[in-house]
Amino acid sequence: MAANLSKKSLRSPLAEARGLGSAKYGTEHWWHQRVTAIALVPLTIWFVFGVIRHLGADYTAFVAWMKSPFSAVMMALTAAMTFHHAQSGLQVVIEDYVHNELAKVLSVLAVKFVCYALAAACVFSVLKISFGA
Amino acid sequence: MVEFNLPANSKVGVGKTINAANGAKRAKSFKIYRWTPDDGQNPRVDTYIVDLDKFGPMVLDAIIYIKNNIDSTLTFRRSCREGICGSCAMNIDGLNTLACLKAIEDIKGDVKIYPLPHMPVVKDLVPDLKHIYAQLASIKPWLQTQSPAPSRERLQSPEDRAKLDGLYECILCFCCSTSCPSYWWNGDRYLGPSILLQAYRWIVDSRDEMTGERLDNLEDPFRLYRCHTIMNCTKACPKGLNPAKAIAEIKKLMVQRR
Repeated sequence: MAANLSKKSLRSPLAEARGLGSAKYGTEHWWHQRVTAIALVPLTIWFVFGVIRHLGADYTAFVAWMKSPFSAVMMALTAAMTFHHAQSGLQVVIEDYVHNELAKVLSVLAVKFVCYALAAACVFSVLKISFGA
Repeated sequence: MVEFNLPANSKVGVGKTINAANGAKRAKSFKIYRWTPDDGQNPRVDTYIVDLDKFGPMVLDAIIYIKNNIDSTLTFRRSCREGICGSCAMNIDGLNTLACLKAIEDIKGDVKIYPLPHMPVVKDLVPDLKHIYAQLASIKPWLQTQSPAPSRERLQSPEDRAKLDGLYECILCFCCSTSCPSYWWNGDRYLGPSILLQAYRWIVDSRDEMTGERLDNLEDPFRLYRCHTIMNCTKACPKGLNPAKAIAEIKKLMVQRR
């Protein structure tokens, strides 16, 4: 803990403790993490069972499954929730362990970019199968 | 970044061994962390072998005996010796607890005693509590009101008073905060379980009129939301309180007021 505090600072301990004040933010992030976690319970079960049901199925059977409106919507939701949950969870991990301000901001941005890019790619794939020939 | 190794000047060496048991039947080894700012040396662990029949049953009795009879340089805080002042909080046998409430017979093998983890050390078993006291002051742990002071005491129903049970008993020994990995890594900004339990004690007090401002002050990714429900705090509390639950209640109120 001491490492994070400026040891030779002449500021009072209260000034150090109050710091830059409260960010008035955090509840939304925490709540979204919980909501996406709960949403992922049925979605993941559906996804796992769907994949198991198509074990050994050929490409056309798989595409036919993904083409149905219900599967397409469920798949898009699963991708959106998974990556939203992943980026908010990874952000917390980075904030916990990375104490260099620049490295922290850059790695959080990188994680968000990768997660949202993967989510967009998933949703696009689902739509392409659904609306494709 | 998180440091997984101690800095070079904090590596703990092996110190002296003093056998003061004189072949007693009930001899026990106490391995105690020693460090003084005065000699420029690294910390070391000294071993004192003592006769358990010479003093009382608690770890605090043992270290008071060692200080009085074997090594007067051994430095630690203590006051009430009955678990109400919180002064003798230290890491004993791998767990943060009060030396006065920890029975020696509950410890198998050598008794290892270290200061509260991850705090700056003043000397031996005395941690520097400046920052955590400042964090306590930052949550304003006193009754705050807007309405004019009444001419008599502020009334509280028995039901509302019961909400303070499990909170008012906290003696601020900081065994919980110093057992929390989140507080180790981010204690400069995270308030830690002890301070958040104190914050909740005033948030839930029916006589206090600044509940919203108190919640505003805590709504922060670091001050409150570094708690990841690790539960070390609840395991460590020598008074049997549940800081993790108090923090969960604060989080519930944060969602409720949205």
